[in-house]
Parts: sequence; structure tokens; C-alpha cells
Amino acid sequence: MVVRSRTFVETYEEDVSLFRTIWIRFWFALLLIAIILIPLIGDRYSLYVLNISGICIIGAIGLNFLIGYTGQISIGHAAFIAIGAYTTTIVGNWIVLPSLCLILLSGVIAGITGVIIGIPCLRLRGLYLAMATMSFGVIVEYILFHWIDLTNGPMGMAVPPLSILGFVLDNHTRFYYFIAALVIIMCLGAKNLTRMKIGRAFVAIRDRDIAASIIGVNLTYYKVLAFGISSFYAGICGSLLAYYMTHVNPEYFNLFLSVEYIGMIIVGGLGSIAGSILGALFMTIVPESLKFFLGFIRESFGLTGFEFTDQVRVAIYGALIILFLIFEPGGLFAIWQRLKIFFKKWPFSY
Amino acid sequence: MGSDLVYFLQLVVSGLSVGSIYAIIGIGFVIIYKSTKILNFAHGEIMMIGAYLCMALISRFHFGFITAFIVTLLFSALLGIVLERVIFRPMIGQPIFAAVIITLGLSILLRTSTGMIFGYGNEVFPSPFSEEPIVLYEIVISHAHMWTIVVSCGVVFMLVMFFRYSDIGISMRAAAENQINAYMLGINVKRMFSLTWLIAAVTGSLAGVMLSNVHIMNTNLSLVAMKAFPAIILGGLDSLGGALLGGLVIGVVENLVGGYLEVYLGGVKEISVYVLLFVILIIKPYGFFGTKEIEKV
Repeated sequence: MVVRSRTFVETYEEDVSLFRTIWIRFWFALLLIAIILIPLIGDRYSLYVLNISGICIIGAIGLNFLIGYTGQISIGHAAFIAIGAYTTTIVGNWIVLPSLCLILLSGVIAGITGVIIGIPCLRLRGLYLAMATMSFGVIVEYILFHWIDLTNGPMGMAVPPLSILGFVLDNHTRFYYFIAALVIIMCLGAKNLTRMKIGRAFVAIRDRDIAASIIGVNLTYYKVLAFGISSFYAGICGSLLAYYMTHVNPEYFNLFLSVEYIGMIIVGGLGSIAGSILGALFMTIVPESLKFFLGFIRESFGLTGFEFTDQVRVAIYGALIILFLIFEPGGLFAIWQRLKIFFKKWPFSY
Repeated sequence: MGSDLVYFLQLVVSGLSVGSIYAIIGIGFVIIYKSTKILNFAHGEIMMIGAYLCMALISRFHFGFITAFIVTLLFSALLGIVLERVIFRPMIGQPIFAAVIITLGLSILLRTSTGMIFGYGNEVFPSPFSEEPIVLYEIVISHAHMWTIVVSCGVVFMLVMFFRYSDIGISMRAAAENQINAYMLGINVKRMFSLTWLIAAVTGSLAGVMLSNVHIMNTNLSLVAMKAFPAIILGGLDSLGGALLGGLVIGVVENLVGGYLEVYLGGVKEISVYVLLFVILIIKPYGFFGTKEIEKV
């Protein structure tokens, strides 16, 4: 972190505080106000896009814990999201529970599954781990399709409505505030986790696991913990997704969804919470704006064809992943850092 | 022969033919992994593009099967070289992880582009093989299946010979082993990498054409390549012979599970290979013929 020369730290509390300078506090307050004011100016469609991207942020942070911080490649993130979504749906249809408890329960069950999967995967690393998690993802997808008694198979299931303390969230604006609050809580939690011993242990494992174990990081514990935390976030993400979509369908949780989340954290920046947020926002908003833009061009010039289908969106995802990895491996976060430093130094070059 | 035995052997034989396709797909993974340590998730799409191109040449442009086949192989050779030059050469020196994720991105990009060009519907490949089955001691096998087994085993044999005895093959192995030493010995390492991708793409589209003879054609064709993962893991990620053996074993296991358990548990055939992959990875991560990674701090 770049600290201005005028910043003096006198107490330990100041040194570890999240928002260290008055300017950082100012910008974050501004951001918070902007987040609160957005529903007043946004239409329903842009709120929908923002809600989806908020849900994606939570999932992307979870995956970034595993891939970006701990260096364990997982191509099975969709499976944990699916577990979260189906827990909410199945338990919600079965017994009446407060929605907040249900969201938490989905996270916990996904987290436990993550731990269960993480333990046998301890022996694996790199590509082998990627393949194991991929096969887990495929297995979960098939279970969702074929265990018809539990999941209703390819037909999918309806999700009970989301209500907080008797207050039913039934439109985009209400959902927006709920998701925004949850995203802020999850981001702060994640940020603090990465600053704690846990986060540092994750990074040590990523950089060199044997060296980490020499300096006293318990590899078994922290690798499994990384799986657990990552899956917990995925579970919360899945639960919110289920509530927001009001209908879960096994087709949604395929291999592509996992690749989509990997794309988000690659584009955003591996190993940073801000990167996950930027990536999730970018990867949901850019395709939607492209769709809007293409539709605009088509109407104004009277073109036929040029249809923006779901497949075009997928192709854009693929292209973005490739382009970012070749030209900007640090992702949007690296660009953001460069910009910040540029403006901080301006008008001098250094 | 008893009918149970015939049923069993029938399953084994059709398993072998499916398995030989897995083997030839697996070879494509192994060749690239051996020389670049990249696991190419886009291999299934390269395979699918080959299959679609061959089909389009036959049914739309009325090529003969042999001509279409040769044109397809030439095109996929070109595709392999282009992919290497444009995408994977800039990644030399970057973390392997990044290159692997690039192949994931490439796979969804290629799959959707193929869908956009050729459509998403189910199609049937104009198979050149006779519909008449061959009956051998009560066991039935179609011409297409028999040809797959023959071609796959032939290709694997040729590749093993190529890597063991030909100058270029040995140079490729040297380049894979140690780039700088190979360079000092006068091997053009860059050309060897291009050649690696070329060979992998050609075997991929060969597998695609073979597969499309026995499989329905749609954009999910590329997912079949995922089933070659257990095959190469079983044999070891860097062993050509292991890929052949692994492919055959996986094909037979998948068919036996499908033949005996599908009645009790729907969809178990599809999922069995992935369960097997998970189990193999946990019990024996480096396969039977793979090189164990030695850990250095």
C-alpha cells in the first residue's frame, strides 16, 4: 500500500486499521453513498445486472481464496455454488426457516462439502487438483440431474420467496439493498481474513508449500481451511442466486460456470479482494453493455443478424480470459494500481 | 457360448472401440503435456472442429471421404500452428497455470464459435463405413467401430515409433526435456513446439472424425474429450503407451458399468469415468507409467 509521506502512525490500532488515511475514508464514504443512491437513478434492468454482479462478487471472492491466495486450482466452483443453491431450495421447501438462517446454512453445508472434498485432494497439486475438482463438478452436476426424488431432475425447483424479519424482498430495489449489504459484509470479512494469520498462511502455501511448512504453517489444516472458506462463500453465492432467480435448474451449474468464475478472478486480478470485485463487476457488466450496444446499433441501422445470444456472451468470456492472460496477467487490479500511482504522482513521473 | 458370456464380451469389444478413441484423444493431451507441461483443455474443441469441418466438406461441398479427411487433417495442422504462434508462444516463461487457464478460455471460445458457424442442432455424420455389422463368434461389431480400433492403435504405434526412432521425434523429446541444452545442441526449439501443437491438433481431429462416426454430432462432442482425462491419468500424464492402455481400460470400464448398472441407476455410465478419475487421482496420482514429480524446496 502506498502511504503518503504525511501519514504518521502513532498507535498500533491506527497501523492495523482498514481505512488508514482520511482520504481513504473519504473515498470509501463516497462509494458507500453511491451504492446507496444507485437505485434512485438506475432502471430495473441495470439493477438486475448489478444484483447479479453482486452475487458474483461473493462467489468470485470465494474462488480467489482458493486459486489466488492459496494457489489451489479448482475447476469445480460451480458444484459448491450448486450445493448452496439446492440447500436453500430443498430445505426451504421442506421446513420453514428464517431466510437469513437458510442462507447461512447453505454456506455452512457448502463449506462442509468443501472440507470433505479438500481432505482427499491434499495429495494433489496443480493440474491433478484441477482435474479432480473438475470431476467433482461433473459428478455433482450429474447427481442434480439424476437424483430426481431430491432435486426434481432437469425440471428444476421453485425457490421459496426471500423474507427478512417478515419483510418480503420481491423487487429488484429491495434485493439490491440486501445484496449490497451482504456483499459489503462478505468483502470486509474476506479483507480481514487475508490480513490475519490465516490469509498470510494461504499466501505462504501458494508461494512455496514446503517452505511454508518449514516456517510452521500446518499445510493440512490451512489447505483444507482454504477449501472450506472458498466453498462457504460459494454456498452463500449459490443461495442468493437461488433466491434471486426464484427457480433453480441443474443446467445452470455446469463446467462453464466454473470457468466463468475463473475468468472473473483472472480478469480482476488473482490474490486480491479488490480484484475479485472488479472482475465480477467487469465480467457481468461488460457483456450486458455489449448486448445493449449491439441492440442499439442494430436498431439504428436496421441490420438483421448480429444477434447477441448467450453463446456470444460465452465467446466474449473466452476471448477476455485469453487476452487478459496474455497482455495483462495482473488483471484489472494491476491497471487500477498503475492508475492510482499515476494520479498520485501527477504531474511528476515519479 | 452362454448368453451371459456373449453379453460380457460384447460390452468389452464395444468398450475397446470407445476406449481406442479415448486413447487417441489422450495422446493429444500427452504430447502437449510432455513438451510444454500444459494440460490443453481446448483439445476437445480442436477435435470437434475437425469433425465438423470434415462433415461440412462431405455434406455441403460434396468431397469424397478421403479428400475431406485429408483436407481436415491439413486444416487442423494449420490450426495447431496458428494456436501455438498466436497464443501459446507469448506464454513461454509465464506460469503454467496461466497457460492452462488460457486453454480453458480457448475451449469455450472455440466451442461457441463452432456452434455459431455450424449450428447447435444434432446432426449425423455421413459415415463412409458400411452399415452391415461384422459378426465374429456371436459378437457383433460395426465397421466404424472396428476401424476406430485399427486406426487408433496404428496411430499410437506410429507415434511411439516416431518419438523413439526418428530424428525429429528425438529432437522434440530433447526440447521437452531441457530447452536450453536442446538449443545448444542445435535443435530449433521453437519449431519443435510448433510441431508439437501440430501433431496434437492432427491427432485431435483424427479422433474427432473417428468419434463422429460412432457418436451423434453436436457441440457437446467436445465434452467427450473430458473422458480421456481418466485415461491419461491412469496411464500417467506423460506416457504415450500409458494413454493407449488407459484409454482402453476406461472405455471397457465405462461400457461394463453402463451394461450392468444402468438399469439400477440411471446416468451411471456417464458419471462412472469421472468417479474413476477422482478415485485414481486420490489413490495413484501419477498413474502407472507417469514420471513422479520430485519435490524441491
